[in-house]
Amino acid sequence: MNDTISGLNNFHLDVLREIGNIGAGNAATALAKLLDKRIEMKVPQVRIMKFSEVSDVLGGAETPVVGILLRIQGDISGSMMFILDEPSARLLVNILMGKPLEADLDFDEMSSSVLTEIGNILAGSYLSALSNMTNLRIMPDVPALAMDMAGAILSVPAIEFGKTSDTVLYIENVFTDGHDSVIGDLFLVPDDLSYGKLLKALGVV
Amino acid sequence: MSQIIKVGMAELKVARHPAILTTLGLGSCIGIALYDRINKNIGMVHIMLPSSSIATASANRAKFADTGIHDLLEEMKRIGSDVRNIVAKIAGGAQMFAFATNNDSMKIGQRNTEATKAVLAGYRIPIIAEDTGGNYGRTIELSSEDGSLKVKTIGFGIKYL
Repeated sequence: MNDTISGLNNFHLDVLREIGNIGAGNAATALAKLLDKRIEMKVPQVRIMKFSEVSDVLGGAETPVVGILLRIQGDISGSMMFILDEPSARLLVNILMGKPLEADLDFDEMSSSVLTEIGNILAGSYLSALSNMTNLRIMPDVPALAMDMAGAILSVPAIEFGKTSDTVLYIENVFTDGHDSVIGDLFLVPDDLSYGKLLKALGVV
Repeated sequence: MSQIIKVGMAELKVARHPAILTTLGLGSCIGIALYDRINKNIGMVHIMLPSSSIATASANRAKFADTGIHDLLEEMKRIGSDVRNIVAKIAGGAQMFAFATNNDSMKIGQRNTEATKAVLAGYRIPIIAEDTGGNYGRTIELSSEDGSLKVKTIGFGIKYL
């Protein structure tokens, strides 16, 4: 049985892409309600990459990004991370707080809680898609938020992947209102035994 | 000008003087910078986990503190270094996210730091400077000129070790 991502084939990737698609659809709906705007999404990119490539996503290892990390529990356990680049984070905070769109992102308590809530909603959208498709009970924990260099933030899911594999599974989403785009990356990191369980529930192994 | 060589996550590189080795955006990972005080050879490894004891057969050895440092020393010997002339500087090992719950996997930065120190001590390599812990990312640059290690952060400035 394939229980690490290195063993995933194209068929597995298609299934994961489909979950990404449904999850992103849910997330776009949630985001549209939150922002009171029409939000479209592009088909998510699902890729498996080596660690040495990880920090090149999002414009390089030193690019400032916002990361929202939450533990998942239930029938499978693991963690999930949602990453927004700085312009996307700024745009979302400014829209939600009624500020001018080009206002600087103050990384204060208010912005943090707004971004944490967005992360919560988006991650929740994915997890409910995954839960529906697998009939597994999956519950998110309270999220934690950090803003720092992309490489440093990405090291957190990369290390989790690193325990069982030499590659990571990565899903990129682009949401747009036709004018401004929000780019969000998602890493789903099931714990050791949960990968097999997840693929089995999806009927791919 | 020296050439700048990038060391990615779970990679290791060595170089002869003159050169600069850099690794970008260290979070909970550790950047281990080695300097040969006699011939100015330099080496760097970007490790992610404390021990290869959890490794599968095919695993990348530079990912772990124990095998990563071992292989880095072998590479330095290959380009003419003697372990007795090598000193180390280390950076990273942050805890990027603060969780209310006490989750062991979140303390990986601290465990990486401890493992790195133990492995270097095993080879009798002195750690002459370190910048570890905290909750922020670091970029490091090791110069073969004098063995200085530049540490860059977002919001905590730049310093030299």
